[in-house]
Amino acid sequence: MTDVVDTGTALGRPIKRKEDARLLHGQTNWTDNIQLPGTVHMAILRSPFAHAKITHLDVSGALAMPNVVAAFGAAELGDLNSSVPCVWPVTDDMVAPDFPALAKDTVHHVGDCVAVVLATDAVSAVDALEAMSVDYEPLQAVVNMESAISPGSTLVHEDKGTNTCYVYNLGGGYDEKVKEADVVVKRRFINQRLIPAFMEPRSVVAAPMGMSDEITMWTSTQIPHILRLLIALVTGIPENNLRVIAPDVGGGFGGKLQIYREEILVAQLARKLGRPVKWTETRSEDMVATHHGRDQIQDIEIAAKSDGTLVGLKVDLKANMGAYLQIITPGVPLLGMFMYPGIYKMDAYDFQCTGVFTNTTPTDAYRGAGRPESTYAIERIMDELAAELGMEPMELRRKNWIKHEEFPYTTIAGLTYDTGNYELATARALELFDYEGLRTEQKSRRDSGDRVQLGIGISTFTEMCGLAPSRTLGALKYVAGGWEHCTVRVLPTGKVEVITGTSPHGQGHETAWSQIASSILGIPVEDIEVVHSDTGRAPYGMDTYGSRSLAVGGQAIKAASERLVDKARVIAAHQLECSPEDLDYVNGVFQVKGDPEKAQPLGAVAFEAFTAHNLPDGVEPTLSAEATIDPQDFSYPHGTHLAAMEVDTETGKVTLRKYVCVDDVGVQVNPMIVEGQVHGGVAQGIAQALYEGASYDEDGQPQNANLSTYLIPSAPDLPSFITDTTCTPSTTNPLGTKGVGEAGAIASTPAIMNGIVDAIRHLGVNDVLMPATPMTVWKTIQAAKGGK
Amino acid sequence: MQHIKVTVDGTTYHKEVEPRTLLVHFLREDLGRVGTVVGCDTSNCGACTVLVDAVSVKSCSMLAVQADGSEITTIQGVSDGNDWHPVQSAFKECHGLQCGYCTPGMVMSSIDLLNENPNPTEAEIREGLEGNLCRCTGYHNIVKSVQRAAELMEGAKS
Repeated sequence: MTDVVDTGTALGRPIKRKEDARLLHGQTNWTDNIQLPGTVHMAILRSPFAHAKITHLDVSGALAMPNVVAAFGAAELGDLNSSVPCVWPVTDDMVAPDFPALAKDTVHHVGDCVAVVLATDAVSAVDALEAMSVDYEPLQAVVNMESAISPGSTLVHEDKGTNTCYVYNLGGGYDEKVKEADVVVKRRFINQRLIPAFMEPRSVVAAPMGMSDEITMWTSTQIPHILRLLIALVTGIPENNLRVIAPDVGGGFGGKLQIYREEILVAQLARKLGRPVKWTETRSEDMVATHHGRDQIQDIEIAAKSDGTLVGLKVDLKANMGAYLQIITPGVPLLGMFMYPGIYKMDAYDFQCTGVFTNTTPTDAYRGAGRPESTYAIERIMDELAAELGMEPMELRRKNWIKHEEFPYTTIAGLTYDTGNYELATARALELFDYEGLRTEQKSRRDSGDRVQLGIGISTFTEMCGLAPSRTLGALKYVAGGWEHCTVRVLPTGKVEVITGTSPHGQGHETAWSQIASSILGIPVEDIEVVHSDTGRAPYGMDTYGSRSLAVGGQAIKAASERLVDKARVIAAHQLECSPEDLDYVNGVFQVKGDPEKAQPLGAVAFEAFTAHNLPDGVEPTLSAEATIDPQDFSYPHGTHLAAMEVDTETGKVTLRKYVCVDDVGVQVNPMIVEGQVHGGVAQGIAQALYEGASYDEDGQPQNANLSTYLIPSAPDLPSFITDTTCTPSTTNPLGTKGVGEAGAIASTPAIMNGIVDAIRHLGVNDVLMPATPMTVWKTIQAAKGGK
Repeated sequence: MQHIKVTVDGTTYHKEVEPRTLLVHFLREDLGRVGTVVGCDTSNCGACTVLVDAVSVKSCSMLAVQADGSEITTIQGVSDGNDWHPVQSAFKECHGLQCGYCTPGMVMSSIDLLNENPNPTEAEIREGLEGNLCRCTGYHNIVKSVQRAAELMEGAKS
């Protein structure tokens, strides 16, 4: 199935993906498929306690077991027991506990690493864990955030003297402005803890490759470039001797935006043992050792005039850090900080966030990272305010949102939204949804006292994408920049390499990036290879997360491709004996203006640049060009999502009857991929609303840390979705693109929950906890009844 | 160790295996058939689904010794080399995969589903794939892929 593409028009077409042939034939190169000669397999002894002193550890028993090569606790590992870094110290006085790869004397969450065994096969390594001798003295655990910051609480890290990681403030002035309000609505929303649960478990292989002093590391990561730097910094392996490769990666959703202790251990042990070391997690390990997401308590207050005009918003967050800080753990709530005002105009905004340590798995980025939390809060409380005012919830939104003619608009949180058209996306969504028809049905069911009530959930969201302008990141104390790189090379055979710094794990960059390059170079998509995710072949990059790859990386592809054409034009003009200005470039061929028979295709120019027999003076051989792009600002995708929710008031059973979304992600490179991203994001947001939630008991024991009990929706749990798009091009980048990876997950959760509350508000309900299981909904209804 | 004889994707293997070895680990570690993948340890995700004597089986829920004498088809054996099975073609055409990790299992389960029910409704497809988890697609395009595969297979018959 070769897709022959009419060159020059590749941009914006739903071209079938290049990636699919290998993925559909089982020819994929997952990290766990890599089996090098002499490999030793690592197995990890993990803490069964949430908080305990390690009073005794003797790994020697493991050494007597068959096929075991080595075993290490923290003592045996010594100086190689590097600590996991956090790169986002959000405040000057942020508390950052040491996070050694192997716990030294105290374990701080279930799943904390205590010791490792290395054997010549994976089964022997696991068997040998049983032969280690370890004793714990259990300590009191603290799981609940509010308990953790109460005076006298058990401390997660005794040496730090506090469970408060940081307190961050933004804004001011709400308390003064609120005096002008007629109505104030306060709610406490809980954004529960979620587990990324990408389908490919994490896996790492590191090997001294023998050609030099190089260590090569293959790992299932979203961030090979950042990881290379951080592994080098924490292990002392010289950066120039470390090559990191992310082969085919099976999903990430933020969960593989990380430097994990297991990656540090594998790198260090490969160096120490001088042979390949491999570790692949089990799913049950993954669910306690891969970072979690969300887990915020949100106290929200919104103030308005009696006609619905917003006055201000006050946000007081408690954000669960877990037991340690990982790569950007403390920064995740702050990525949401700017987005609480959403698409609405108001005069005051106060924000405070308290980061809290507990004896739980560390949290970090999960699809949307801060923005789903803020969107949930603002979209939920807009519905609560509408109810308080007796207004139609869409009318309240319409009254307060930024009108399309008001862009660019600087919000009360300080961001400047470049473009948007909320009216257009909403009008299309209402039409596709049959909003009026469903409101009529809702009223008739309510009037007849139907056991199954209907609710309509609205989410008119925006998000910030394109992480990020480096100066902005610097101002937020993030230690790296947000640029992206691309090198485009035309090889002597005429084939093209697009070498990108982004690192896909399901997004289809190989296809979409080829389309961008093809649209400029005029070379067919199938003649372009996108090289990525290998610091040896694609040395510069800032990787893939935060819906940044197209909004930032795509611009680098465009710029590098244009520069390449500029260089080729000079060579072609020399060959064709004319001046560069006299050449047209059409479908990959330079043609002399007025004499198109005199022409040279790009491949021929590349061959001339390779042989260098007849280049113009001052032009260097080889045909390549590069670009490193630092975005001037964020981009702001937006959309209107609508959910029709049926709630059985006697059983609490919730059914998603219809889901409509109209997203504006700006210019689309491949609409098929865009639509797929929306589907997957919407499903993950629905999963938060209806199905998923990682829980602990009061001793810090995970209650559902496996795929039997942590309910990832399967096909019968979801409907088909009705999707459409509008296009308001972004003006912060030359392609006019915005980003789409997280949009669905950000938008859908409040749409679902607003719909559920709308269905049963007449019963006295004004909030339902997530996930809205039948039991939770039923209990909520019963409590509301009892309260009357 | 126990001796077994299995045919996998057309090749017959004689191997000694530990009785506790799961079929999926036997396929991956002993035979190098790494197209079939492991996604969980509780038999929930279905990523490891293969056909054993033409019926779909989660290969993590079967011991290698139980497969003695069987004929096994994996994702690497449903079409020859670069050929495309109609289900594979349909998944590409309908964008029924993103990261692709669940895909081997999804394709094998879909083949089994369509063998049993050549013309399934959307609800029957969703129920039929209940044992296969996907985290990327929201299942929307997987359902469309199976519907499209049914059309392609029907067309191939007539």
